[in-house]
Amino acid sequence: MAARPEAATAPGGPRPSLVRGRTRRSVGEHVIKGLLLAAAVLSVATTVGIVVSLLGETIEFFGQVSVGEYLLGTKWTPLSSGEQQSFGVIPLITGTLYLTALGLIVAVPLGLGSAIYLAEYASPRARRVIKPVLEILAGIPTIVLGYFALTFITPVVLQGIFGIDVQIFNALSAGLALGVLILPVVATLADDALRAVPEALREGAFGIGASRRQVVLRVVFPAALSGIVAALVLAASRAIGETVVVLVAGGASANLGIDPRESYQNMAAFIAQTARGDIAVRSVEFLTIFAVGTTLFVMTLILNAISIRFVRRFQQVYE
Amino acid sequence: MSVAEAPVARAVVRGSVRGARVREALFRAALLLCIGFAMLALAVLLADVAVDGLPVLSLDFLTSFPSQVFPERSGIQSALVGTLLLMVVCAVFIVPVGTATAIYLEEYADRDRWWNRLIEVNVQNLVAVPSIVYGILGLAFLVRGPLELGRVLLAGALTLGLLVLPVVIIVGREAIRAVPSSIREGSLALGATQWQTIWKQILPGALPGIATGVILALSRAIGETAPLIVVGAAAFARFNPNDLTNDPFSALPIQILAWVQAPQEEFRVLAAGAILVLLALLLVMNAGAIHLRNRYEQRW
Amino acid sequence: MGRDDGKDGTMRQVTEPEKERAQAPPPDAVASGGRPRMLAPELGHAAVSGARHATADAGAGEREPLFEIEHLTVRYGGRPAVNDASLDVAERQITALIGASGCGKSTFIRALNRMNDLIPTATVEGTVRYHGQDLYAPEVDPVLVRKRIGMVFQKPNPFPKSIYDNVAFGPRVLGMEGELDGIVERALRRGALWDEVKDRLKHNAFGMSGGQQQRLCIARALATDPDVLLMDEPASALDPISTARIEDLMFELKERVSIVIVTHNMQQAARVSDMTAFFTVNVDETGHRYGEVVEYDETEKVFTNPSDPRTEAYVTGRVG
Repeated sequence: MAARPEAATAPGGPRPSLVRGRTRRSVGEHVIKGLLLAAAVLSVATTVGIVVSLLGETIEFFGQVSVGEYLLGTKWTPLSSGEQQSFGVIPLITGTLYLTALGLIVAVPLGLGSAIYLAEYASPRARRVIKPVLEILAGIPTIVLGYFALTFITPVVLQGIFGIDVQIFNALSAGLALGVLILPVVATLADDALRAVPEALREGAFGIGASRRQVVLRVVFPAALSGIVAALVLAASRAIGETVVVLVAGGASANLGIDPRESYQNMAAFIAQTARGDIAVRSVEFLTIFAVGTTLFVMTLILNAISIRFVRRFQQVYE
Repeated sequence: MSVAEAPVARAVVRGSVRGARVREALFRAALLLCIGFAMLALAVLLADVAVDGLPVLSLDFLTSFPSQVFPERSGIQSALVGTLLLMVVCAVFIVPVGTATAIYLEEYADRDRWWNRLIEVNVQNLVAVPSIVYGILGLAFLVRGPLELGRVLLAGALTLGLLVLPVVIIVGREAIRAVPSSIREGSLALGATQWQTIWKQILPGALPGIATGVILALSRAIGETAPLIVVGAAAFARFNPNDLTNDPFSALPIQILAWVQAPQEEFRVLAAGAILVLLALLLVMNAGAIHLRNRYEQRW
Repeated sequence: MGRDDGKDGTMRQVTEPEKERAQAPPPDAVASGGRPRMLAPELGHAAVSGARHATADAGAGEREPLFEIEHLTVRYGGRPAVNDASLDVAERQITALIGASGCGKSTFIRALNRMNDLIPTATVEGTVRYHGQDLYAPEVDPVLVRKRIGMVFQKPNPFPKSIYDNVAFGPRVLGMEGELDGIVERALRRGALWDEVKDRLKHNAFGMSGGQQQRLCIARALATDPDVLLMDEPASALDPISTARIEDLMFELKERVSIVIVTHNMQQAARVSDMTAFFTVNVDETGHRYGEVVEYDETEKVFTNPSDPRTEAYVTGRVG
């Protein structure tokens, strides 16, 4: 076989250069990388945008309403006129927390119970049926749940079946609907957390003769605790920011009390209602949207940070 | 038996065996009740909506415009068209931006750089922000503010897009990560550039996953009410938007909300009908996503 | 035996005895800072094509080695995987790298086509020259490097595309759209796969057996007509028959393509290669394992009369 001419080792033979050149292709690569980075930066821009949009107007709000009155006042009637107008946000905050608490009372035991069944008791066939049910429930738009609360839970369940004397808009109904809303969140995330517990732990407990109930309650559940807490925090965060269910079923006035038969309003519902209304854009009433929005945003940010810390701890245990 | 085993043995023997079995059964029954509640809630909800809404459904219902005066002549044409247009415009926005961000984070970003970590953490935080806050963002920057689009469909679609973008990014990243590195290495070893590898090998492999994620994101987007309220979608619109940047627009959730909050019973029934249409739309989309996943999922 | 046996066990080696047999002793063989060029090993081989060293350049200057690797150390996150490796690889030969697992052979071979660039924590010290050009010079484009220096991996990694598209991928990426059919056929013939797949070029590559997939990967790598083919344990995931076919393939290929092969199968190295480098595994104070080249010589010599006791222990099966 004849030697290939290129194989000759005379230095300086025709050999393509390996040197990086300013080819069209290499410039194109850089352009592409730049475009991709720009897209990624958009997500940062969103956060910046949220903060900026909230902050500017909030500051303007506090130019007209003192921070003290806002944070410490217990009467929230920004749309009233004259003497009646008051900007104490506490009723909105308590309303938010109250409704969230009602939702959690429903969703936490039922959601955790569902998760435990799913993770520890259900056969693969049962899982194939139950998991989709939870996914469907999770996918129901919130407006549907609001409709359900107003047209079914209040008249049929509460007034009808249980005979409770509730107002048309009441916390009980909204809270129940919130519970149904966040139940799938609790169930799915807690299920993930339980399934992440290594089988070896269960086997060890079964091996010394513990019953399944004891294994689940005393070994698996505590082992999954940080993941479960993360799930609960996330669910609470979801409920805190929920707008439409409360708007439709909870009522239009901020309430400082805790009687579940009365109507309540949370921060998100207030924002929605005010934005809908016919309010002069530069007025202090309109600016309440941003002040309350900031309060809500800060709250969920803190909750999210807590939840992330729990998730990190939960991941570390098994890595 | 040894001292260590004694308490366990005692615990096993303690109480009657029947008592222990009862406790087990009760516990299991309690758990089943929890699941039962969830399933019951779903069933009752769907039944309630169906009972109220099915009688209202008709071709007229789909093609008429809503009337504030005559419930019997009301329909959802403007709302349905608005929702579908929102979905399309939103898709046009989130598909390139979300995919590009996912590609950047998975294939180009050096994890040691602080700005890349910032982007990652940012995406995770954005998922937890309440949807109404996105509405405020849209109001401040798109409806008013620098872009000053007004209360138009484009503003609504972009607001919804920003809301669900983190979903697309997260799902997209998972899909890209699922492509085995042996494919990546094989392509690069042949002398392909990074972008050639991504465009010709990685994206095609990740496409089914990304598409599924986009569909799920869109189905979340069109079910949202709160951001559209703040951005100013209209209820009872008697026309379809022709100019996406100039005309007012409606959407199914907004129209449903308006009907739900109407005092008269006849309007509330219309809400149920519209809900059924919305649910049907979501069902089709999710079924499509599942079909896509099953048919095209790449098994490496 | 002029062996520069460094105290740290690093390898310096070769060819001093062969130097006398060399037709064209390089003028600066020893004067060039103590590292003898390795040329004449080719002479010992009957399989070598006579034309190759009927080199007209006898006396006109030395044959330039394919790779000149000096003091190559590759670290992952600061910890070395391969430490201070130096050797020269000749053209149109099969050079085998052997040693126990964990001795850095794969890391070493990946340094030859800049594949370690893909690992963010990897750092490379020392020089790797390819036909005299420093591969790690800042102006060198790794993409161009990999067009000339191809690689076949341990586990066959065909793309989830048709057989045709797999082989055509490299040429397409190079912009050679025109004569794709011809290029694909030539590559598949060189990869000893054409007869088996010529009727099903449009079939998905995943439908082939493991041995066929690996030959596809070889054909795919050959489609860009590379100068060098690096093979990282190409047959270790295959059955003995497929392995034998790939070894036959390597003999045919080496007339046009220089081959560097990593293998943990000593018999394979003994069968196919012209030169063999033995890597030993060292363990440092923290228990971290890394590799060093201990002996590098003609294959026959390494396996029948190794110079280093560690090599002997490995090839006789006492260790590793």
